[in-house]
Amino acid sequence: MELWYSETHTPHAKFFIKVDRQLYSGKSEFQRIDVLESQEFGRFLVIDGYLMMTEKDEFIYHEMIVHPAMAVHPNPRRVLVIGAGDGGVLRELTRYPFVEHIDIVDIDELVIKVCREFLPQTACGFDDERVNIHIQDGMKFIRKCSDEYDIIIVDSTDPFGPGEGLFTKEFYGNCFKALKENGILVNQHESPFYAADAVATQRIHKRIVQSFPISRVYQAHIPSYPSGHWLFGFASKKYHPIRDFDPKRWRSLGINTRYYNTQLHIGCFALPNYVEELLEDVEGVE
Amino acid sequence: MEVLSQNRAPIAEALENLRNIRVVPFDVPGHKRGRGNRELTEFLGERCMSVDVNSMKPLDNLSHPSSVIREAEELAAQAFGAGYAFLMVGGTTSCVQAMILSVCKHGDKIILPRNVHRSAINALILCGAVPVYVNPALDYKLGISLGMSIEDYKKAIDENPDAKAVFVNNPTYYGICSNIKEITRLAHERGMKVLVDEAHGTHFYFGKDMPVSGMAAGADMASVSMHKSGGSLTQSSFLLVGSGINKDAVRSIINLTQTTSASYLLLSSLDLSRKRLATEGETIFEKVKEMAQYARDEINNLGGYYAYSREIINGDTIFDFDISKLSVYTLDLGLAGIEVYDILRDEYDIQIEFGDLSNILAYISVGDSYKDIERLVGALSEIARIYKRDKTGMIKHEYINPRVVIPPKTAFYSEKESLPISRSGGRISGEFVMSYPPGIPILAPGEEITGEIIDYIEYSKEKGCFLTGTEDLEVETIKVVRL
Repeated sequence: MELWYSETHTPHAKFFIKVDRQLYSGKSEFQRIDVLESQEFGRFLVIDGYLMMTEKDEFIYHEMIVHPAMAVHPNPRRVLVIGAGDGGVLRELTRYPFVEHIDIVDIDELVIKVCREFLPQTACGFDDERVNIHIQDGMKFIRKCSDEYDIIIVDSTDPFGPGEGLFTKEFYGNCFKALKENGILVNQHESPFYAADAVATQRIHKRIVQSFPISRVYQAHIPSYPSGHWLFGFASKKYHPIRDFDPKRWRSLGINTRYYNTQLHIGCFALPNYVEELLEDVEGVE
Repeated sequence: MEVLSQNRAPIAEALENLRNIRVVPFDVPGHKRGRGNRELTEFLGERCMSVDVNSMKPLDNLSHPSSVIREAEELAAQAFGAGYAFLMVGGTTSCVQAMILSVCKHGDKIILPRNVHRSAINALILCGAVPVYVNPALDYKLGISLGMSIEDYKKAIDENPDAKAVFVNNPTYYGICSNIKEITRLAHERGMKVLVDEAHGTHFYFGKDMPVSGMAAGADMASVSMHKSGGSLTQSSFLLVGSGINKDAVRSIINLTQTTSASYLLLSSLDLSRKRLATEGETIFEKVKEMAQYARDEINNLGGYYAYSREIINGDTIFDFDISKLSVYTLDLGLAGIEVYDILRDEYDIQIEFGDLSNILAYISVGDSYKDIERLVGALSEIARIYKRDKTGMIKHEYINPRVVIPPKTAFYSEKESLPISRSGGRISGEFVMSYPPGIPILAPGEEITGEIIDYIEYSKEKGCFLTGTEDLEVETIKVVRL
């Protein structure tokens, strides 16, 4: 038997993973959720047909969405995570002993439940007692917050479907309001490579630039995502991702990582020319 | 004729049949089911083009219905609790005009609120009826026109016992209802017909615990914008008549101005939407009400905004309130409604129904989701945070009592001259000036142009209202009656 999972990356390009077996398939109020097992990528989570994370390369994504901001902010105590029902962001965050409080907001309880059952590699993040789970629309949760968080991490799915609201100007503006005066917002920033993804990248950047005084983009290589070239946003009220970065302080924490390191921290903000141009095109555009 | 079930949609079914038997078209329209216009077919879709056909025997004829259109009209009449229902393809404008033309002739008086839609005054120009205006009450805090007080209607009826008809908005754009039952009783006592503009009230006929509908209140005719809350295609409406009205006479009035090539896209959309409301309307509007209430509560929690509801009911000029409407007062933030409307669209990609000088109206329907409502609320929260300012100097009232000097038709057809609006004070207007939406005239033909009106027009322009009505598309000059 040959069973292949495929994901359409563009109307003319597809990505395949050979599947051993299906572990779970179900439907929530918001979306269809599948967990598959494969030889090459281990277990992987699929939502509405789109690959969300694989056990093999999730470390890259989760380390990169958490550590750069944690290494820049001198004193992050309260962190808000939006999306991230797989728990991977939480796992990385809970490695910092000085973090006191983590709120995680996900609209879909079933995603969390399924991940806890089938994807313990990431879902272990939910077990920490500093983690508070809120099952709610992220838009709604953040609207009621003001001056509360040091760091907000937006681990959104895609700019369509239930996560759509997390890509809007009103959402980023509400994040600004929810952050303390030296807060940092990190977000999943889509990919610059394929045309449709690049449009999303530009839209996100345009809206964040309008809301935050400092807005930089950094990259990582995530093999299972479309084109493998992925971006993150670093938006901040006060701290610059490189000028305010203290590599010694981060190294002294003794956190072991497989992808992130302090050299890479500086390097990942250096973007290819075509990506810089893509972003510059929407900066300062009304 | 047999009684059909509300699960049927005779026009849609006939179109489906026609498609299945694959008739060879040697008739109009010339695009021949789309094959003759590839680009348009790709744009609109093949199914859509394949039902854009002309009236023919199996499809009946709107101007003289005897089979499927007749059945669709009878089904609609049953669904709305009317004596008869006409399928209308010229929008609710055509319904309002047919109502007025059906009951008024040249020189006849008609009692109507001045905050009617321009289509009502247009009908007066067409038939030469003379308006007796009842001024709507004003809410000075919200800056909106309310319903009519019973006292004012009674006074108008007593002073004009020769009037032929009374016209009522049920509800207004903002969701405000007058005491239509009592108005109907008063009018009928004097033998006057009651005409109801229900452009914003389709759901009154199907939802639970809604304000009373025109037909239920015993009105003689009602114009219903099925395409607003009813879900049909833009430009399709129902004209409902009570059992005391001669429907054949109304049909001949409709046929005076109605197209003889009525679109089957519009007709089938009316047919299928009526079926949907008759069978699922109650559930649909429960959901709409829930969403509107949720949005209202959330918006009121933001601070600075006031999303009003039934608490404003006062037993007379706000006899009832349509809670499916999401009207929000914005002036306490120092922002005109029209400014919030523009910011929502330009900065947040959110298009709402309209903004006036002190309110916005977001139209909630079954097509909405909580996800989208979160966006609206989130954006309003941001607008309050970023744009809030001092509110001194903001104008709010949106209604100025007009002085009607000559009937609209006389003014419209008189010799006119063009003047800059700023220098037109004291003259009689020969045309309309209005903000669109809502399309309620600030000035109508035959009314005196006062300094107050000129200031109001200038202020509306400055705030970015979309003004229309004058021949001059820039609305810099106005045609006035030559002295």
